[in-house]
Amino acid sequence: MQDHHSVSGHGTSFDENGTLHKLKHYLPSQAPLKDFVHHNTLHAFMGLTFHDALRLSGTVFGTRSYLSLTEYRNLYAQGKIDPAVLRRVIVSHKGTANPELWEDRLLRQEYDTSQDARIGKLREKWKDEFRLNLDKEVHPVLFRLLDSYLDQGLAAWRFPACEGGFLDALRALERRSRISFFRSKRVRELLQQPSLQMEELLTEIVGRPALFERYLFDQQFTHPGWSGMVSYVEDNPGSLLERRKISLRELIMTELLLELDTLEYKLAGERVPLGTKVDVDPLPLFELPAAEEKDEVFKMLQEAYEWSYYDQVLTGLQMKPQESGTPDPMPEYSFQAFLCIDDREGSLRRYLEQLDPRCRTYGTPGFFNVEFYFRPASGKFYTKACPVPLEPRHVIKEMTGGGAFRKDRHFTRQTTGLFGGWLMSHTLGFLSPLRLFLNLLRPSETAVMVSSSMLMDKNSRLTIENRDPGHIVNGLQVGFTVEEMAERVEQLLRSSGLICNFAPLVYVIGHGASSVNNTHYAGYDCGACGGRPGSVNARVFAFMANHVRVRQILRERGVHIPEGTQFIGALHDTTRDEIEYFDEDVLSAENRIRHAHNGLLFEKALDRNSVERAARFLLLNPRGRSAQEIHKKVKQRAVSLFEPRPELNHATNALCIIGRRESTEHLFLNRRSFMHSYDYRTDSGGKFLAGALAAATPVAGGINLEYYFSRVDPCRFGAGSKLSHNVMGLIGVANGTDGDLRTGLPVQMTEVHEPMRLLMVIEHFPDIILETLAASPDLYEWFANNWIHLLALEPETRKIFRFEGGRFREYDPVYTALPELRTPQPAAAAVGPYPVYRIK
Amino acid sequence: MNMNSIPPVFVLVPLAGFLLSLLLPRRKERPIAALAFGTTLLNMLLFFAFAVCWLAAGQPELNREGICLYRSGTYDLLLDLYFDRIALVYLLVGSVLAFLITAYSQYYLHREPGFKRFFTTILFFYTGYNITVLSGNFETLFTGWEFIGISSFLLVAFYRERYLPVRNAVKVFAVYRIGDVCILLAIWGSHHFWHRSISFSELGQVQGTEGQGLMVFIALMLLVAACVKSAQFPFSYWLPKAMEGPTTSSAVFYGSLSVHFGVFILLRSFPFWQDLLPVRVLVGALGLVTAILAYFSARVQSTAKSQIAYASVSQIGLIFTEVALGFSNLALLHFAGNAFLRTYQLLISPSALSYLVREQFYHYAPRTELLRSAFRMRVESTLYVLALREWNMEWLLNRLVFSPLKRLGRRIRFVSVRNLFFFFIPAYLAGLALLYTGNTMPEWLRQHIPELFSLLGLMMVLRSFTERRNPFLAWLLVLMNHFWVVLAVSFNEYFDAGQVFIYLSGIVSGGILGGFCLYRLYRREKEYFSLNRYYGHVYEYRRLSLVFLLAVLALTGFPLTPTFVGEDLIFSHIHETQFVLAFFNALGFIFGGISLIRMYARLFLGPHVKTYHETDYRSS
Repeated sequence: MQDHHSVSGHGTSFDENGTLHKLKHYLPSQAPLKDFVHHNTLHAFMGLTFHDALRLSGTVFGTRSYLSLTEYRNLYAQGKIDPAVLRRVIVSHKGTANPELWEDRLLRQEYDTSQDARIGKLREKWKDEFRLNLDKEVHPVLFRLLDSYLDQGLAAWRFPACEGGFLDALRALERRSRISFFRSKRVRELLQQPSLQMEELLTEIVGRPALFERYLFDQQFTHPGWSGMVSYVEDNPGSLLERRKISLRELIMTELLLELDTLEYKLAGERVPLGTKVDVDPLPLFELPAAEEKDEVFKMLQEAYEWSYYDQVLTGLQMKPQESGTPDPMPEYSFQAFLCIDDREGSLRRYLEQLDPRCRTYGTPGFFNVEFYFRPASGKFYTKACPVPLEPRHVIKEMTGGGAFRKDRHFTRQTTGLFGGWLMSHTLGFLSPLRLFLNLLRPSETAVMVSSSMLMDKNSRLTIENRDPGHIVNGLQVGFTVEEMAERVEQLLRSSGLICNFAPLVYVIGHGASSVNNTHYAGYDCGACGGRPGSVNARVFAFMANHVRVRQILRERGVHIPEGTQFIGALHDTTRDEIEYFDEDVLSAENRIRHAHNGLLFEKALDRNSVERAARFLLLNPRGRSAQEIHKKVKQRAVSLFEPRPELNHATNALCIIGRRESTEHLFLNRRSFMHSYDYRTDSGGKFLAGALAAATPVAGGINLEYYFSRVDPCRFGAGSKLSHNVMGLIGVANGTDGDLRTGLPVQMTEVHEPMRLLMVIEHFPDIILETLAASPDLYEWFANNWIHLLALEPETRKIFRFEGGRFREYDPVYTALPELRTPQPAAAAVGPYPVYRIK
Repeated sequence: MNMNSIPPVFVLVPLAGFLLSLLLPRRKERPIAALAFGTTLLNMLLFFAFAVCWLAAGQPELNREGICLYRSGTYDLLLDLYFDRIALVYLLVGSVLAFLITAYSQYYLHREPGFKRFFTTILFFYTGYNITVLSGNFETLFTGWEFIGISSFLLVAFYRERYLPVRNAVKVFAVYRIGDVCILLAIWGSHHFWHRSISFSELGQVQGTEGQGLMVFIALMLLVAACVKSAQFPFSYWLPKAMEGPTTSSAVFYGSLSVHFGVFILLRSFPFWQDLLPVRVLVGALGLVTAILAYFSARVQSTAKSQIAYASVSQIGLIFTEVALGFSNLALLHFAGNAFLRTYQLLISPSALSYLVREQFYHYAPRTELLRSAFRMRVESTLYVLALREWNMEWLLNRLVFSPLKRLGRRIRFVSVRNLFFFFIPAYLAGLALLYTGNTMPEWLRQHIPELFSLLGLMMVLRSFTERRNPFLAWLLVLMNHFWVVLAVSFNEYFDAGQVFIYLSGIVSGGILGGFCLYRLYRREKEYFSLNRYYGHVYEYRRLSLVFLLAVLALTGFPLTPTFVGEDLIFSHIHETQFVLAFFNALGFIFGGISLIRMYARLFLGPHVKTYHETDYRSS
């Protein structure tokens, strides 16, 4: 790891700010759950190569970085690890000298895979030397204080005086209250000294300055969930609707005070600093351990697993015969549709194309290149409608309508009151079992569910166009000017390669999800819209592209959209497989007829899509039932209180293909691929490629790696089983009532995931891709350190090149043929033995 | 058909379901879910039919003498069933909720590693629930009560590979154990009060003022037991801690059914203490105090489940008051409504996040702190801190009950396996010799020798409770306690060797079985064998851990084991004036049980000591 991040037990001085900075770097950086967006769980280690990072994380935190040996060997037995690929991986790492030896090690030898953690070794001495379990005394109080302070409105009675900051609020509370959280009078006095330094406390507790930093690391990583949340809120105060000022420093000070209090209470006169009982200074925390044989074994097994799959995909991508340079000059398309690059949209696109071969579909990040804050009609806050890293300068307001907020009495404060509770028991109490019974028998929509259509009222009016650039609210311009609109529309069209041959109707389809009893609901919505449904963006984009003056500007710039062509926004609910259209009334008479026809087509495609999805839910047996019947069942899952898996979300994602749809449409990829439409012919300089990479890499890479880590270690990287989760302060979940916040994904989301890194394939010439990468240094790490495998599909020769060590080298797939999917039976194929099929 | 013969059906159906579920393979979800679903559905429908008939027949009180477990002289241990209005309401709510939760869980628990364990435990709980509700005497009630206690422990520790659920399960069990022994003492009191086993139908028939002291004692013991089970003051703190299992089990246990048993026991015994004014005042006041304290705690809770837990406790406090005031119908209605409401609230508690965030998004109004007088701010802040600290109840209980005894146990650290054999066994033999030649003893010694021996037994248990190193020693010490108890009571009065045989046969066979389990574990895991931490051996020794749990149950006097009959018998030989002896014995049973469960938890549950697979952070 880089020098400034070394945490050792040496040296003599303590640099508080430096330590805090390092801590913040390594702590989980997960937003409050309402804004949950996938990110690389090991973001702190991205300066290292993938396998080194995994080894280091395992050594430091005791996390598991790979599947177990048994799991890999089962995959080998099932044929999911191909012997030829395995051999190839061994040879590439170990040479041709003795591959059999390594094959034996990989497939048969037993290894001790116990994982000891470096972190915590220093603080462990409290138990060894003093028979003292500090955490048992400190954690319950500390977690409760943090939760009460950060609480967004669960408690009826909020933390008093919480405007100033955490420590100030605690001081005020302690000053006023006759009862204290601290038992020792001295500690109470220490708390009240605003000038109190962390170093003073550490000197009392630890003694030797050389150990301070190490001690703090040990301490904070006993509860990475809370520390990470505090650190995140400190850096992003806007992530809480009800603002709270808190810093990691305040958390550490409080924890140290609570520890000192416990020490004074338990040890009294015998208390000595921990440092006096430690003979040897511990190893530097983040020193990369040398790779052992077992590390090599895991690394090669994982790569063999990945490439066994990738290889088949690449074989498929190569198969498409070269197309003639000039396509049909005036093809007549029935309609075109933009959908999100999301892996869940691939199958819907496939069905649309299958049902109407004259349609064209495009994949693009689901915020449709319009970034803004959205303010719903009756909303009191803005919500970001674009990828998290972007900082929009525009706001779009919903003027009329506004989703009615349905109330559920079970969540009212009265139920916790004395008289209110009495009254509710005798009234609502007797309705509750009926409701439960009905939901079991016939699940239906309730007020407690999260629905993709809730963000925006479909009949409302939006302030999309800005006629007066001076119209600024809270520093944000209300709406987009015509010029700004044209710019965004043009960029989207050009980057996805749709600049001519427009069909009369172009659908712009955002997506969102519906579920109930789901704390991780934001993770089911569109990642490119900041964990919100993409409905507003779709509607806004359609409005812009329909705008007469926008079209005029576009025409001047060479994108000619015929007058008869109309854009229409829509929202695809990925859980229920339903679609909802916006502003249908702007359609011309002819387009209305076409739209009505297409609507039926969409219905049919959605039915089939739901059948394919149902095959993977395991509980549903699609055989012998009509598509509509199965679709109905799928819809019910979204509203069933008892269903922890409303949909499988991004599970099994493994690919990201940036290229033309023509290059993939002959393949059945089983909903495992992000697909970004991109035409190398309209972008010979790689200008739009840079944009596509900038948008797709963090989103797809983040999703992929979060799934990877939550799957291989559901306990420490993931959030464990969601069945025992308890909502904490509306910002997170914990197990039970006194546990640490859980980060990552619950098991129910990741259990069917096949943990492999993202394979990103770009359809372009390798040298152009290299040039583009060279110009995007912040993305370079992802590929150079192998967090994503990058490959180039040379569009003319259809040769494959693999990015390795800063260069592209030709890759020759092991597979030469793919199984064929003759009759359209994707539902069976979705659970079939092969990962990739060629569609005939 | 005679209506009297029907109630046992509602015990037998879930019991059959439970026993059948043991036979099903662990990994097959369908048959397990179908069995649980079928059992609860069948029981609910049968009960509905029966309830209609019973109401139509004019609500006759049904009393059925069941199986006689043991009989000798005036002492008989009967399993008795009784059915009236109270049982009707409890069975109604229980059968509806058990059915709904089972139906819900068959989807909810899909693919959960403990799928079978969950449903088996739920059926076991349901059996215990119905036994308790239908019980016709204290012994039967105690039987069901123990079923519930154990299933509660197992469900809190459902995620047995994590640290907090296991630790909290042991805590909850420890508190429950206090309630259990109060029931035992109440049974002891009632033997002396009526000089025979008493059926609940006769509870109201108390004549004269004779034995008022004993009456108050019995009523108080029942009240403490009720407070424990219903998480009333000062025991409320265990309820939020119990919310560690899957949401469905938390809903049915701690939201609704289990937590209302305190109310049940009060309602059941109301005819007995209704004329004891001080007791009624105490019940009402305790309820009211709890209602208010829990109300404040509910208001400051910032987690969804603990908020519901305290809201429920607060309502149960009100129900206590209603019972004390004699409004039993209102109390029953309130119980039903509260149970249903809290179950549903817990089931939808994960939705709180999205729902309340959305509500805030649309209806946010910044809360500004009003300027208040310094005095009022002081009062409010104090209240806030107290409510957040759960009124220091856990601290209080630890300070008053657990800590002093732990300290006592640590004082006698000199006891080891060796001097156990060289000192205590000879001492025991000497005691035995004294028993047979004891006629020469001076009278004052003879009077106090039972208490002395019983104290020695208690010391052993406390030593076992605080042992950190040697599981064998801890195990032996609990065994020894039972022998000391027999010896102590033998000095008291002459009784049948057959009774001793029954008692000790349970102890010895359980002791040997458990000792064997410990030995096997020790042989294989010498490095990971102590009581100083949790080892999580269940990960590798699933079967052994089950056998050991059975041995633990045999030794803790689980109902229907010989130990249980023996414990009950032994208590019947303690004279009504020997409060000290009864107290020592009771404490011995409490801590013996806790010590054994602690051993089970530390050796077999918790985060696995071997880390070749993924393990959780201790704080999660």
